[in-house]
Amino acid sequence: MNMGLVLRTGAAAALGVALCALVRAPAAAQWALAPAAASTIPASQLLQPEQLNLLLHTKGAEKPLVLQVGSHVMFAEAHIAGSEYAGPGSQDAGLQQLRSRVGPLKRNAFIVIYCGCCPWSHCPNIGPAYKLLHDMGFTRVKALYLADNFGADWADKGYPVESGR
Amino acid sequence: MRRRLGSADWRVSLSAVVLLACCGVGVSQAAPAVSLVNKKAPEFVRRQLNGRKIDLATLRGKVVLLNFWATWCAPCQVEMPVFAGWQSRYGAQGFEAVGISMDDDPASPRRLTAKLKLNYPVIMGDEKLGELYGGVLGLPVSYLVDRDGVVRAQFKGEADLNTIEAEVRKLLSQP
Repeated sequence: MNMGLVLRTGAAAALGVALCALVRAPAAAQWALAPAAASTIPASQLLQPEQLNLLLHTKGAEKPLVLQVGSHVMFAEAHIAGSEYAGPGSQDAGLQQLRSRVGPLKRNAFIVIYCGCCPWSHCPNIGPAYKLLHDMGFTRVKALYLADNFGADWADKGYPVESGR
Repeated sequence: MRRRLGSADWRVSLSAVVLLACCGVGVSQAAPAVSLVNKKAPEFVRRQLNGRKIDLATLRGKVVLLNFWATWCAPCQVEMPVFAGWQSRYGAQGFEAVGISMDDDPASPRRLTAKLKLNYPVIMGDEKLGELYGGVLGLPVSYLVDRDGVVRAQFKGEADLNTIEAEVRKLLSQP
C-alpha cells in the first residue's frame, strides 16, 4: 500500500472538511449582534485574507460572492479578482446598491464583503454593509478582515487582483 | 537503470500540483507594489476644487507633500489640519502641501476642505493618479518630494506626524 498516497489523500480530505466548516457556520451563531462599526462584527464572522485566498484557489470549494463595499475609485485601481463593487457602505446610495445586488439571492447564499479603505477599526463601510445583509436575512455572510488596508493585507501579499470599474 | 513512471507516480505528481495550486504558488496575478522613493515624482496637471489648475512641474524648487485622502477616512481628517499648520509655518521656506481626494465625487471634499479651512490646493484623484503613484490601495498615503522633484519619502497608513515633519524640515534645509 502506498502510504505516501494515503497520507496525501488524508491531508486533502482534512482540508476539505476545514473549508466546509469555514463556510457553513451555524446560522444562529452569526447574529448575536447587529453591528454598525467594523470592530463589533463578531470574530467568528471574520475571514482572514489567507483563508479567502485559499478558498478562491481550492478546486471544488464553494466560492462566495465577493463584494467590495468601500471606495469605487480604489475598487477601480485594484480589487479582489472576481469581486464586484457594491458600495460604499457608509452612504445610503451605496447601501441601496448593495441591497439591489443581493436582493434576488437566496438568503443562504455565501457572501464575503470587504473594504480595505483604511485601518479596520476606522472603516466606515464594512459595519453598515454587514448590518444591512443581516437585516435582509442573509445567514452566511463573512467580512474579510483587512487590518491595515487592501494594499498591505491583500495586494502586497501577492493575492489575486484585477483592476477596472 | 531507469524506472518507468507508473500510474501512482502520476497521481503523486498531480496531487503535488493541486496542493501547490491550493497554496497559491504560481496562481496569483497581483501587480507588485511600486516604490517611488528616489524616483522622479510622476507629473500631473489637474484642476483644484476651486477650479484653478495645478501643475506639479511648476512646484519644482519647493518641498511638496502630496497627501492622498478621502472624506470617509478618519485618520486622514486627523492629518489634514496638521498639514495646514505646516503650510502656514513652512510655506515661506518653500513648503507646499497638495491634497488629493480619492472620493468618488467632489461634493463631500468641497464641504470638508471648507470646514477645515485648508490653506493648500486640493484636487480630485482617481484610479489613474493612484496607479501613477504606485497604487493607492489604502488611505492615508503621503509622498514627500524634494526641490528637484524627486520622491524622498512615502508614508502609508497612519504615520507618525512628527516623523513626517522632521523629514519636511530636513528637505527644506537642503538647497
